[in-house]
Amino acid sequence: MAYVRPVSKTTWYLAKRSYTVHMLQELTSLFVAIFALILLWGIGALAGGPEAYQRFLDGLTGPAMVTLLWVTTLVMCYHAIAWFSVTPKAMPIQHGEEFVPGSVIAGAHYAVWIVLSLIILFLAGVF
Amino acid sequence: MAKINKALFWSLFAAGGTLTAFVFPVLALIVLFAAYGSPPEIFAYEAMHGLLSNWLVKLVAFATVALALWHAAHRMRTALHGIGLRADGVIATVAYGLALLGTVLCAYFLLLI
Amino acid sequence: MSEIQITLEILRYDPEKDQEPHFQTYPVTCQDDWMVLDAMNHVKDHVDTTLSYRWSCHMAVCGSCGVMIDGAPKLACKAPVRDYADRTARIEPLANFPIERDLVVVMDDFMDKLKRVKPYIIRKEEKSIEDGEHRQSPAELKKFKQFTMCINCLCCYAACPQYALIPEFIGPAALTMAHRYNQDSRDQGQADRQDEVAKPEGAWDCSFAGECSEVCPKHVDPAGALQQLKIATTVQWYKGLIGMGGK
Repeated sequence: MAYVRPVSKTTWYLAKRSYTVHMLQELTSLFVAIFALILLWGIGALAGGPEAYQRFLDGLTGPAMVTLLWVTTLVMCYHAIAWFSVTPKAMPIQHGEEFVPGSVIAGAHYAVWIVLSLIILFLAGVF
Repeated sequence: MAKINKALFWSLFAAGGTLTAFVFPVLALIVLFAAYGSPPEIFAYEAMHGLLSNWLVKLVAFATVALALWHAAHRMRTALHGIGLRADGVIATVAYGLALLGTVLCAYFLLLI
Repeated sequence: MSEIQITLEILRYDPEKDQEPHFQTYPVTCQDDWMVLDAMNHVKDHVDTTLSYRWSCHMAVCGSCGVMIDGAPKLACKAPVRDYADRTARIEPLANFPIERDLVVVMDDFMDKLKRVKPYIIRKEEKSIEDGEHRQSPAELKKFKQFTMCINCLCCYAACPQYALIPEFIGPAALTMAHRYNQDSRDQGQADRQDEVAKPEGAWDCSFAGECSEVCPKHVDPAGALQQLKIATTVQWYKGLIGMGGK
């Protein structure tokens, strides 16, 4: 009788560091959802008129909210870095016989990320 | 639920992941500024309302929020399965259902502006 | 040439005698350029002839000697004993496969899945001999060449967390084969493979953990192949929706 080794369905990702890192990357999507909901809240408040919108802005200043936003900002940066580092594997660009190096593809993504972020910061009036 | 091809959910996940990777860090930073009580100029009601009255901006805002929700729904579904929650049918229904709810609400709010 | 002391802690399982696997320890004096496979061969030749394991080429091209060494899937012929000098190395059969005996695993699941993805050139119409050979440029070959290097050692399956959790998952090597043929300019069979590849247990059960590519001894990069396969499968699906399906 062949022997089947049991695998823990709930703790397998603790067995190896790279498994744990992978699981943490998956869980960054929780903060994507949280931030999307904050944006949704803001859009809804805006649709509700000036008083509703002001309540939204005031709501953002609560200490729990500020902490959440700090964590969200950092996690979103981690999401971006993780995402761009694996993008080259999914989109090989062949030029004649050679492939564009992964570092170039990732580098292009980082460059666009930075430029786009600066543009958005400028348009928002941050500077 | 199983009949809807996974290609659809995966493509929403991939598009959402790419879009949020590019814009969510800076948007979160901007909201963080607002949370400190000194919101950038764009946060003033008239400025924000004016911005989101534009149809192109509405489209971009809708795409951003909706794709982010579908990205998170798909990825959380996988993650929850990974930590041992095996009732994939139930989890998928709840996750995508919430994403759908958020998508519809977003469209509704944007149409009101 | 100097000597290295290692201790091999090897999983033993006799299906006719044992209820469960257990470990047996063998101290081995090795030459410093030995691989773990050489140490295992020494045990089998001089200490315990009952030890069972697969091996063949001893040069990382046949894919037979895949084992777990200290929890990591490796080819025993490619793991230097130097890395385990003066300590114990735990040798187990490749993870995520049933144990047949000692270090021998049952590979049937993989063999079935490999067949399902149709890993061969599929033509809509065969070229006749008079039409001449299929011509393929170096660039066309380069497109998929990396994925041809797979030696079916199953280290990727042993590393893949999704294969561990979802036994139906077709898995890295088999899906990479599907992608390899889809990318081959001589092939016209993408639509024929789509059925298997587009199943939930096909490309979609991959969560892009990337462990498969980390452990692949031939640098095939199955993780990359699988993401490319997801994109290609999605494009095929959307094309099918608007009536443009079929390669």
